[in-house]
Amino acid sequence: MGDYVRQMPHHGSADLARRPGLADRFHIDLPLLLLLMALTAYGLIVLYSASGQSMGAVIRQARYFVVAYGIMILGAQLSLQRYMRWAPWLYLVGVATLVAVMVAGVGAKGAQRWLAIGGFRFQPSEIMKLVVPMAVAWYLADRILPPSLKYVMVSLVLVGRPSALILQQPDLGTALLIAASGLFVLYLSGIGWSYIVGAIVVAALSAWPAWLFVLKDYQKQRILTMLDPESDKLGAGWNIIQSKTAIGSGGWDGKGWLNGTQSHLDFLPESHTDFIIAVLAEEFGLRGILLLLALYALILLRGFWIGMRAQTSFGRMMAGSLTLTFFVYIFVNMGMVAGLLPVVGVPLPLVSAGGTSIVTLMAGFGILMAVSTEKRMVAH
Amino acid sequence: MPQHIALKDPHRESRIYSARTVAAVLAVACALGAVLARYYSLQITEYETYRTQSERNRVQLQPLPPKRGLIFDRNGILLADNTPSFILSVVKERVGDLDATLAELQTLVPISESDLEKFHEKLQRRRPYEAVPLHFRLTEEERARLAVNLYRLPGVVVDAQLLRHYPHGELFSHALGYVGRINEREAFELDESDYRGTFHVGKVGVEKYYEDMLHGDVGYQNVETNAHGRVLRVLERHDPNPGADLTLHLDIRIQQAAFDALGDRRGAVVAIDPRTGGVLALVSTPGFDTNLFVNGISTADYSALRDSLDVPLFNRAIQGQYPPGSTVKPFMGMAGLESGLVTPETTVPDPGWYRLPGDSRRYRDWILRIRGTGHAPKVDLNMAIAESCDIYFYDLARRLTIDRMHDFLLPFGLGVRTGIDTTNERRGVLPSTRWKREAMAQAWYPGETLSAGIGQGYMLATPMQLAVATSVMASKGLRHTPRLLQAIDGQPVEAPLLEPIAASEMNWQAVHEGMLEVVHGRRGTAKGLAKDIQYRMAGKTGTAQVIGIAQNAVYNEDEVAERHRHHGLFIAFAPYESPTIAVAIIVENGGGSSAASPIARKVIDTWLLGEAS
Repeated sequence: MGDYVRQMPHHGSADLARRPGLADRFHIDLPLLLLLMALTAYGLIVLYSASGQSMGAVIRQARYFVVAYGIMILGAQLSLQRYMRWAPWLYLVGVATLVAVMVAGVGAKGAQRWLAIGGFRFQPSEIMKLVVPMAVAWYLADRILPPSLKYVMVSLVLVGRPSALILQQPDLGTALLIAASGLFVLYLSGIGWSYIVGAIVVAALSAWPAWLFVLKDYQKQRILTMLDPESDKLGAGWNIIQSKTAIGSGGWDGKGWLNGTQSHLDFLPESHTDFIIAVLAEEFGLRGILLLLALYALILLRGFWIGMRAQTSFGRMMAGSLTLTFFVYIFVNMGMVAGLLPVVGVPLPLVSAGGTSIVTLMAGFGILMAVSTEKRMVAH
Repeated sequence: MPQHIALKDPHRESRIYSARTVAAVLAVACALGAVLARYYSLQITEYETYRTQSERNRVQLQPLPPKRGLIFDRNGILLADNTPSFILSVVKERVGDLDATLAELQTLVPISESDLEKFHEKLQRRRPYEAVPLHFRLTEEERARLAVNLYRLPGVVVDAQLLRHYPHGELFSHALGYVGRINEREAFELDESDYRGTFHVGKVGVEKYYEDMLHGDVGYQNVETNAHGRVLRVLERHDPNPGADLTLHLDIRIQQAAFDALGDRRGAVVAIDPRTGGVLALVSTPGFDTNLFVNGISTADYSALRDSLDVPLFNRAIQGQYPPGSTVKPFMGMAGLESGLVTPETTVPDPGWYRLPGDSRRYRDWILRIRGTGHAPKVDLNMAIAESCDIYFYDLARRLTIDRMHDFLLPFGLGVRTGIDTTNERRGVLPSTRWKREAMAQAWYPGETLSAGIGQGYMLATPMQLAVATSVMASKGLRHTPRLLQAIDGQPVEAPLLEPIAASEMNWQAVHEGMLEVVHGRRGTAKGLAKDIQYRMAGKTGTAQVIGIAQNAVYNEDEVAERHRHHGLFIAFAPYESPTIAVAIIVENGGGSSAASPIARKVIDTWLLGEAS
């Protein structure tokens, strides 16, 4: 009965009779758009304070958002079939550019992440956040799900190759996000729980060799610092101590907008980028945190909802993976600033200053919107 | 299953997907719940802790060191002031690699070993984020060099502070003392909060004795600072109370006259106003530049001062203990008169030597080797003082006995600390049988009484003690604890009065007349001093042996190494009729009193006439 029934709108003739609105015509998921815009506004308000009341920083960020929203809307217009057709080629080009970065990349802060093309600096690892799950979803979409071991192994290679390259840059945060986004696809494809549990056990067992052979000294230092920030009060522990102080001193009510002393007196490092949540917590208190978490939770729920309602395996897996990746951003960033997780370079999604992550995230939401309107495309 | 048809089952896939999503939503809810719990714990449970910490981060209590009180001479001339000085300090918390930074700074500024030593010492007892001084008194050029490089030296601070400066350096080195950087022991003894932000403390002399007054009270300000320690605004301010300005009795003209008159000889001059007990001059040569000590003296400079044979760091005026020699005779004369053993008319036969009954040893008079005979067949008190006759005082001492001599001389201030308001004063020795028993565990020998009678033997006095004794003599018994301090912030302070010596006017007069004859008499031992003098001066010469001279040996100045020559002493007061100045002078290895007496003339001329003759 599947396809036949699904062509009938759930809510009967009223839905059929309704003329498609502007949002429908442009494949916009209105609830998601409104939530994203609320989050954007909230983020800009916090950024104004965190950047030391720099209108310039806010305008720069707003400009990124304009571009990012544009990309999102453009992304929503493309059909999922097109994404599927592009996926393998995008993947090959992506891996190739990662290799190019290794060979001819531009360094910053001791890491090679950028590729300069005609004066335009470009970070291929960012695009891979979208391309890797897309490639895995493309690969699995036409298989019988849950996939057999062979397909799982190929998927793991698809995920592992770019992740390893990015880990070598070195950029642990991005590598983790990319690996996670690919693995989420596998998870959503329905691979057996035994695989998942097995993988967790292997990961736990390989932690010690990883500590010895894979992690760089600065990465180990970050983990040690997270476990005991007081051990290096003025060095690596400084950031965590200061951000915890900022968060804790906000209390329930917060110190008020523009009144956060920790950030305004420069005690808080990276206050407008990775550590911006501390400014929010200091100035708006736990109330502000609850509001932010509520916005994030609604966006996540909408993402999951879109996935559940998607028509094709590819759409489903993309929607779920993008949503879960968005969650990883939130969890890792909020956790690291509060001293729950080691410090890895993961921004607070759509709030931290910085154009690259905003563009990638919004492009992801564009794909999500393409998934959400897929049904209607089939219907018409 | 017989055959497995490999066909996609969209319905099943959708169901699996929904189950996975539900599991994921649960996991996400758990994870976000954990994050929320963390923020709740930080912001609600531990709110107080973090609020306090953030407040402490933001607000810093900064000490405001008080301005040290100035020191003036009696004419209002500045002897110790404070000059702005640029200090190079380091905030350890903001420096990445301390050793590298110090090495870097050493290429920009000459940082001495003692600078580094003091720096590391202070580093141990600083508060977090407190700037620790590394080098004082940066020159213009050094400041410019630092300014250019400061941007790449985080934690390095250059700021201005008032620093002690002694405009007259060497001239007042022993009169004032000096301040220096607080050392570990002092840091332990000083009130920690009172000295926050203060790097210097009085080390010796007036600077140390009046430290409490000069220091003042520390102030503080609550400032909001950023993480780099820069002060953004002052939230609350309590001004420090500056230290009191001190005016001393010292007169720079007299001090200079005495200093010049001593020249490059080793010696000391102390002048006291007998009416007030105020110290008009306190000179010990050689002196040293006290400014060296303010910034932390270099090891080379310090060892040069310490190892010099002339011991410039030694304050001869209050620490130097010399046999008073014949300068003790006027006081012995008073003892004889007051004890009733002699009258001004009493005479003693003087063959040029003296012999104790039942003892063959001859105690010679100094004049014997010059004239081959005594001063005169019969010598009375006046002649004995004027010509410094030893025989008269040998006889008097024998009759007085050592213990009564001790009791009579004690009120003149011999053998006890004068109590002058400076540091490190020594007490000299006024011998008695008891003293010898206690100090040497020996009995007193009669011959030692004779030596004591002419200020030799065990007897030792500091120039300060001699000046005090002379002052008491000049004022006919008026006794003060001598004082350098004349006024605090313009409010005069009186020298403490001691119980006066009650003696008959006739006796004072008799001794004074003898001392007048020393200078103005035909045969006075310092008669050269009276040339062209415009006032009348009373004095007494003295010579102190540096090495013992064998019984029959003849002392020949030329043959004795310079440092073995006798010390020359002189005490005097003037004007004779109503004395306003009493002086005591010693010139080490001067050969005799003639080295010392002209200095007295210059000092007193300056005081009475306004200039040295």
